[in-house]
Amino acid sequence: MNAAEPILAPLLNISNVSVAYANHTVVKDVSIDIKQGEIGCLLGPSGCGKSTLLRAIAGFEPLSQGSISLLGKSLSNKDFTTAPEQRNIGMVFQDIALFPHLNVAQNIAFGIQHLTKTEQRARVKQLLDLIELSHYATLYPHQISGGQQQRIALARALAPKPKLLLLDEPFSGLDAKLRETLVPQVKAILKAEHVSALIVSHDQGEAFAIADKIAIMENGKIHQWDSAFNSYHIPATKFVASFIGDSRFLPGIVSCEHCIDTQLGRLKNPFPHGFKEGSTVDVLVRLENIITQADSAHFGKVVKKNFHGSYYKYELSLADNSTILYSTNAKDTAEHQLGENIPLKFCSESLVIFAR
Amino acid sequence: MNAILNRYKRIHWLSGIALIIALVLSLPILVVTSSLFGGFGPTLAHLIDTVLSDYVINSLLLLLGVSVGVLLIGVPTAWLTSVCEFKGKTLFTWALLLPLAVPAYIVAYTYTGILDYAGPVQNTIRELSGLNYGEYYFFEVRSLGGAITMLTLVLYPYVYLLARAAFLEQSSNVLEVCRTLGYSRKQAFWRLSLPMARPAIIAGLTLALMETLADFGTVQYFGISTFTTGIYRTFYGLGDPTAASQLASILLTFVAFLIILERYSRRQHRYHSSSEQRPASALIQLSKKQSCWAWIVCLIPICFGFLIPASVLSYWSITQASFDGQQFIGLAWNSLYLAFSAAIVAVLLSLLLVYAKRIKSTALVVSANTVVGLGYALPGTIIAIGIIIPLAWLDHRIIEFVDHYFKIDVGLVLSGSLFALLFAYTVRFLAVSMGAVQTGFDKIKPNIDNSARSLGHTNLQVIGKIHFPLMRGSMLTALLIVFVDVLKELPATLILRPFNFNTLAVHAYELASDERLIDAAPASIMIVAVGLLPVILLSRSISNSRAQKAL
Repeated sequence: MNAAEPILAPLLNISNVSVAYANHTVVKDVSIDIKQGEIGCLLGPSGCGKSTLLRAIAGFEPLSQGSISLLGKSLSNKDFTTAPEQRNIGMVFQDIALFPHLNVAQNIAFGIQHLTKTEQRARVKQLLDLIELSHYATLYPHQISGGQQQRIALARALAPKPKLLLLDEPFSGLDAKLRETLVPQVKAILKAEHVSALIVSHDQGEAFAIADKIAIMENGKIHQWDSAFNSYHIPATKFVASFIGDSRFLPGIVSCEHCIDTQLGRLKNPFPHGFKEGSTVDVLVRLENIITQADSAHFGKVVKKNFHGSYYKYELSLADNSTILYSTNAKDTAEHQLGENIPLKFCSESLVIFAR
Repeated sequence: MNAILNRYKRIHWLSGIALIIALVLSLPILVVTSSLFGGFGPTLAHLIDTVLSDYVINSLLLLLGVSVGVLLIGVPTAWLTSVCEFKGKTLFTWALLLPLAVPAYIVAYTYTGILDYAGPVQNTIRELSGLNYGEYYFFEVRSLGGAITMLTLVLYPYVYLLARAAFLEQSSNVLEVCRTLGYSRKQAFWRLSLPMARPAIIAGLTLALMETLADFGTVQYFGISTFTTGIYRTFYGLGDPTAASQLASILLTFVAFLIILERYSRRQHRYHSSSEQRPASALIQLSKKQSCWAWIVCLIPICFGFLIPASVLSYWSITQASFDGQQFIGLAWNSLYLAFSAAIVAVLLSLLLVYAKRIKSTALVVSANTVVGLGYALPGTIIAIGIIIPLAWLDHRIIEFVDHYFKIDVGLVLSGSLFALLFAYTVRFLAVSMGAVQTGFDKIKPNIDNSARSLGHTNLQVIGKIHFPLMRGSMLTALLIVFVDVLKELPATLILRPFNFNTLAVHAYELASDERLIDAAPASIMIVAVGLLPVILLSRSISNSRAQKAL
């Protein structure tokens, strides 16, 4: 290995990793790289294998195939697993898991016992300042709130300056309001510590708010490993398209190399979409793609209606019984009634199309 | 590479140890059951012809009587102290546990002393009426009915405890749903509360019945032929260990039935639990008159099960008993260090077994833990017989070996020493300490371990820095419970103790057998006093968990 390579090499390399419990493969042939300073997110529905993958990276699960390496040093493969305590990878758990018999400062100092007392104190103080809990050093875990506990768990994991920090659904035990303030706070803390992180979440908003790159997982496989923007606008698979954002699929037939005929008329792509003429496809229709247009020849009938405070969300049924979503600003626009037919127009710069 | 190899080795090493412990501890059962395949000797044929039907009938009657008794006391008291609200309820809640501190044989000695011909009650009757013995009716304490009463008085707390927990766990929502569907409170109790608590009540009942089957001191003293007395008599009187263990294996089938029933009930019970707190409004406020009845229902078992025997024993100890201080200290010392050693052994083995399961919960380790966990159901007599037979055999092989090569007579190194006793106590009480240790481990979430490991600590460091400090309380509880159980244990101690080695329990038993009931009082009251410790602990944990729920 020459001197230039380590800089180019990713921090964490996961290649062709599978994890199996007693004949049941939970993670299937997964490969991703995480760069220095990057915050990644494993996003997917529960049971998709994201937590298992995270535990495998931490060293709690052996691999049945593939390898995991950190800074070029192999940590796990089919035949061996470096013990978690020897990996220099920190982890924050869903159930927080602070040590109940130690106070806040002792909890944070737990992983830096090899330092001198002075160094430990300095590091604990620095972290307590960072998480804005300087006055809580001598309190015990049961004396502080859930959000504070989670920040302390984060500080505890950051204390030994791990090369990589893993966070397993760190916000799922907290209420929505608290989550909203805590997520950006955690992101700021991670960036301030210049730590690379991989976070597991089932919540799209959380993932978008915190991660530089998102791996969308389903049934043990990664569908897309990309930025939030790309996952939203250029979904790699139908699953990604439906999992991210509010959307429906509109059936259509390819009528030319740019256009597709649907219940909302002929939709046009600015560049060739690459599907064969006459083939049947699904066009992704997001909530924001649908607007009303008084002179439109295409109508949607309101079949469901939900009030969301600042807006109404409607489910509209088209002539072929396919459905699309539509929303109106609750303040400016008149409320539609169930059964009402609304004239519609599809508007988007480019189309997201999948073969049926 | 080495790290993980070491880790795997360590896991296998622990699982292996767990398995070996389980195998060694199941030795008594294996010995007893295998005796069935050894052919039936003349002794057993003789027993079958003469007394076996008595054993079966008496044991069954005892089980039946105790069932009725503990249910009649345990369920109403549990219901009153969980669902109702009346003055003095808090006091009764823990006082109802007091009889747990008194071994059945000590209650039996005490009531015999009180109610016998020479006792204070009959004396008073004779003095007041001027009648002589035989001219008035007085019931015989030393009878089957007496034994049922004695066992009921000290065993009902098992039903009380489990039934009460079940009533408390019942979500008041479910009861309120029942009320909104048009059922009265009374109907809701019969149609909902009681059926929902039934698995717990049955689990409590099976525990009481296991103790009934295991009882030796009471039935022996009352001269009732049951399996335990029969096994003892066959072993010592007839000197036939094979027939004794064949009898023991018949008793084992009764025990096995109870174990299955208990496991089944507990499994049912799990589905019904809920941690919701019952709001104060859901408690039934008793009127003055109803409170009076509640007082009577609660006071009867407390008085007869604890207050009367304990005060009479104290009175006898202070005023009348002949008391040899030197001898008593010797006995107390024997009991204490024996109980303490057994407790240490039990807790260490529990830690090993439970930790092996925590580290790697393979089917092998889980079944090892389950097998070991069944020991509490085994009567001391069965364990003693199942231990003395193989140990005596091993001892004779050792004697032959040593004599052949070294020409020294080593004596009975295993069966004639405290080793046999410690072995028996471990078999019987390991489950108890395992329960406490398991509870302690369960409170430590697995991710606490994982956090510590991801912060650079090895498994061993996690034990030292996390498990040990967090488990201190549970380990002390385990130590205390085993300590007290060993102190109270009678039949296994009687059979397995080394020659001329006496404990408080054996001493009380011997004096009582010599009709020196009053002289047995000091040893008895000592056992009761020590027995109070875990009861206090238990009642404290009950009120603590309530306080925690209230928070």
